[in-house]
Amino acid sequence: MAIKRREFLKGSALAAGAFTLGFMIPIKTRAGQAGAGGDTFVPNAFIRITPDNSVTIIVAKSEMGQNVFTVLPLIVAEELDADWESVHVEQSGVNAAYNSPWFPMMLTGGSSSVYTSWETLRKAGATARAMLLGAAAQSWNVPVERLATRNSVVTDPETGQSATYGELAALASTQPVPEDSPLKPESEFRLVGKDQMRLDSGIKVTGKARFGLDVAVPGMRYAAVARPPVFGATLKSFNATAATAMPGVIKVKEVPSGVAVIADSTWRAIKARDALEVDWDEGAHGSRNTTSMLEEYRALADTTGFVIMQEGDFGALAAAAEQVIDVRYEFPFLAHACMEPLNCTVHDQGGSAEVWTGTQTQTADRSKAAAILGYEPEAVQLHTMFLGGGFGRRAAAYSDFVVEATHVAKGEGVPVKTTWTREDDMRGGQYRPMTVHHSKLALDKKGNPLAWHNCVVSQVLDGFEELTGTKIENFDSSQVEGLKEQAYPVQSLTLEAHLVESPITCLWWRSVGHTHTAFLKETLFDEAAHAAGIDPMAYRLNLLAQHPRFIALLEKVKVMSGWGRELPEGTGLGVAIEESFGSIVAEVAQVKVEGKKIRVEKVWCAVDCGFAVNPLGVREQMESAIIYGLSAALHGQITIKDGKAVQGNFNNYPVVRMDAAPEIEVEIINSGAKMGGIGEPGTPPIFPAVGNAIFAASGKRLRSLPFGI
Amino acid sequence: MSILLSVNGTKYPVDVEPDTPLLWVLRDTLGLTGTKYGCGVSLCGACTVHIDGKAVRSCSVKVSSVGEQEITTIEGVSANGLTIVQQAWIEEDVVQCGFCQSGQVMAATALLAANPKPSDTDIDDAMKRNICRCGVYQRIRKAIHRAAELNSGEV
Ligand code: FES
Ligand code: FES
Repeated sequence: MAIKRREFLKGSALAAGAFTLGFMIPIKTRAGQAGAGGDTFVPNAFIRITPDNSVTIIVAKSEMGQNVFTVLPLIVAEELDADWESVHVEQSGVNAAYNSPWFPMMLTGGSSSVYTSWETLRKAGATARAMLLGAAAQSWNVPVERLATRNSVVTDPETGQSATYGELAALASTQPVPEDSPLKPESEFRLVGKDQMRLDSGIKVTGKARFGLDVAVPGMRYAAVARPPVFGATLKSFNATAATAMPGVIKVKEVPSGVAVIADSTWRAIKARDALEVDWDEGAHGSRNTTSMLEEYRALADTTGFVIMQEGDFGALAAAAEQVIDVRYEFPFLAHACMEPLNCTVHDQGGSAEVWTGTQTQTADRSKAAAILGYEPEAVQLHTMFLGGGFGRRAAAYSDFVVEATHVAKGEGVPVKTTWTREDDMRGGQYRPMTVHHSKLALDKKGNPLAWHNCVVSQVLDGFEELTGTKIENFDSSQVEGLKEQAYPVQSLTLEAHLVESPITCLWWRSVGHTHTAFLKETLFDEAAHAAGIDPMAYRLNLLAQHPRFIALLEKVKVMSGWGRELPEGTGLGVAIEESFGSIVAEVAQVKVEGKKIRVEKVWCAVDCGFAVNPLGVREQMESAIIYGLSAALHGQITIKDGKAVQGNFNNYPVVRMDAAPEIEVEIINSGAKMGGIGEPGTPPIFPAVGNAIFAASGKRLRSLPFGI
Repeated sequence: MSILLSVNGTKYPVDVEPDTPLLWVLRDTLGLTGTKYGCGVSLCGACTVHIDGKAVRSCSVKVSSVGEQEITTIEGVSANGLTIVQQAWIEEDVVQCGFCQSGQVMAATALLAANPKPSDTDIDDAMKRNICRCGVYQRIRKAIHRAAELNSGEV
């Protein structure tokens, strides 16, 4: 097989370079089998130590930029007392030992990788260390208590005797697996809690990292699929005469999602796909457009929805209030636009199969591929490649890109790589849903909030229905996440929702519901501060006094940003804070407004994720999440016209580039609270921080995204 | 029709339609998958390679138009170990998902070759053609400054 040990890269002696990084070594026969025997020590599904003292740590999460390839091994290595400089890292296969605590499947999502693996990986490392110590004690015939470990070596301080983990591997395999090995106290951490550079830099700056798109296996063919341009449309008929006559075209076949062309190169497949004459039955949605959908959503948002939560009597409090802020916030569909367009390679070998792809949901993808091929899931080997971005799109609830590629390759007997063009990817749905919130906030004489009523209109996320296996009725939890548990003190909170049916498929998009609820909440309370004539930072600090973590973060960004300082005409600061995925993030944006031009000059960010396992990685995720959100805030929208997505590429779906990227400063507060996630929580506050800064700079209150003046 | 391409110092005969984008010849025909596909229409820079030392978007170069010119890809630029740019990238912990990074490194390498001490504005102008959806722009900026310093022996 072409992709295997070639993937190893011995880096330079520079920072990240001293590591070797293994990828794609099948471990299915070994994972989860404690004490597999032989000379190799495999105490659990995460560690493998061979007699040459090479310590391999297995990563069961998908590396999509968020740095799991570094931080998860770091946790194991800490408790194992492994030599970090020589640790090997390897991507896992599909195995129940790696299932998420939330669902019976492997899942990289919900910003959960570190905090849901923390205990498991620490125990994995500590258990292995205990067994290595046991082996040394046995072979030297000394009490285990007096032995010490460091950098993959066990030593006996009394005799000066030492043995490498590799030398002890065979004997360690015969040791009983301890029930409960003690974990290190935080004060003894040598790796965790300190800035650690990425292990995958070396292979990513040299082009050696293999993404799904880069899969090359002998005999491989290439496919492109013509899919219905109108959402909800179906195939009527097609004429492949011209396409079939084109060079390199091997086969044209119908698949459930459309018509596939299999050729001997990606380019030839795409060209022939474009030459297909396809007649689609547009179905009921050929005239659908987002302009009229928005009208419909606005009207609905003014009517009573399904009541999710009702605390206190909004009507009575509002009637007695000094004033009621009554506003609507509007959000477009958003595409994830991962840098790497979707793709998946499938080899149906007749009775068994292999799948290569960048995915966040291995178990579900494998099961679906197996069902299509008529094989047991175990007969399908799924190789997780590096992901050129995920952001939720590669946690496709219905495994759309894997399912389609499996249909394309089914019965072909050779590997077939199905590649989506950028346009296929961007127009393929699975968006952050278009959303309208109608909010009413009643304020007392001092401008303090009394009662809040919010009604949201949007649609179901495919993900929740598929994962939970239940039909969602009345409301989707993402419609109100962040609102139900919001921190501002109000005597009455009412949350209502309308669910709209639409053929436009929707999915989680980096920070999911918080992408809109944080904007609505933090803009609304900014409006309240201004209505009260109080500085928005002071207003928040006052209202959130009962929440020390919020206060600490706000105080932090207040100092970092020099809040209150004199600013040039047309420049303003905006603040926002949001708790999501177990972490709290406060951000201040400095924005300059010149005519119609909005320029975000600088962003200050303070994050409390409880404990930062790799502070450098946390800062990098904040930087990334802020730019990702900023692209959406300034530019992102998918509009629908005649049932089709209008935007197809980065010309009409622009994103922030180097020349518009603000400088970002991040500080971390290790509050010691329960550990939270870091991949997503940086995104929600940037929308309102920028919006509030635009207001401060220009007096214009923008309630509709993307921002435009 | 066979076309002779000079890539990373080696000549390869390739048998493809003359209008095939260089990107797909590099990736599918020559197996040089370090060069990435991101947009196909000169909008993202993921496919950046050097043709006679200049940064170009290989997705928008017809293979027949290259002629005798020398093509360098990410595989060629680092054939003799890490370059200063790549070292700077590692030291600044630039990469995240990494998918844009071959293109970023190629674009920055060409920039520094033409302009050994680029200002922030020079960096904006040269690098704004390369999208990074992970948003690592400020680390790229720092890494370019660092590479400039390393090149001039200042560090
Ligand atoms: S793939 Fe060539 S510029 Fe995007
Ligand atoms: S590192 Fe992911 S797109 Fe740039």
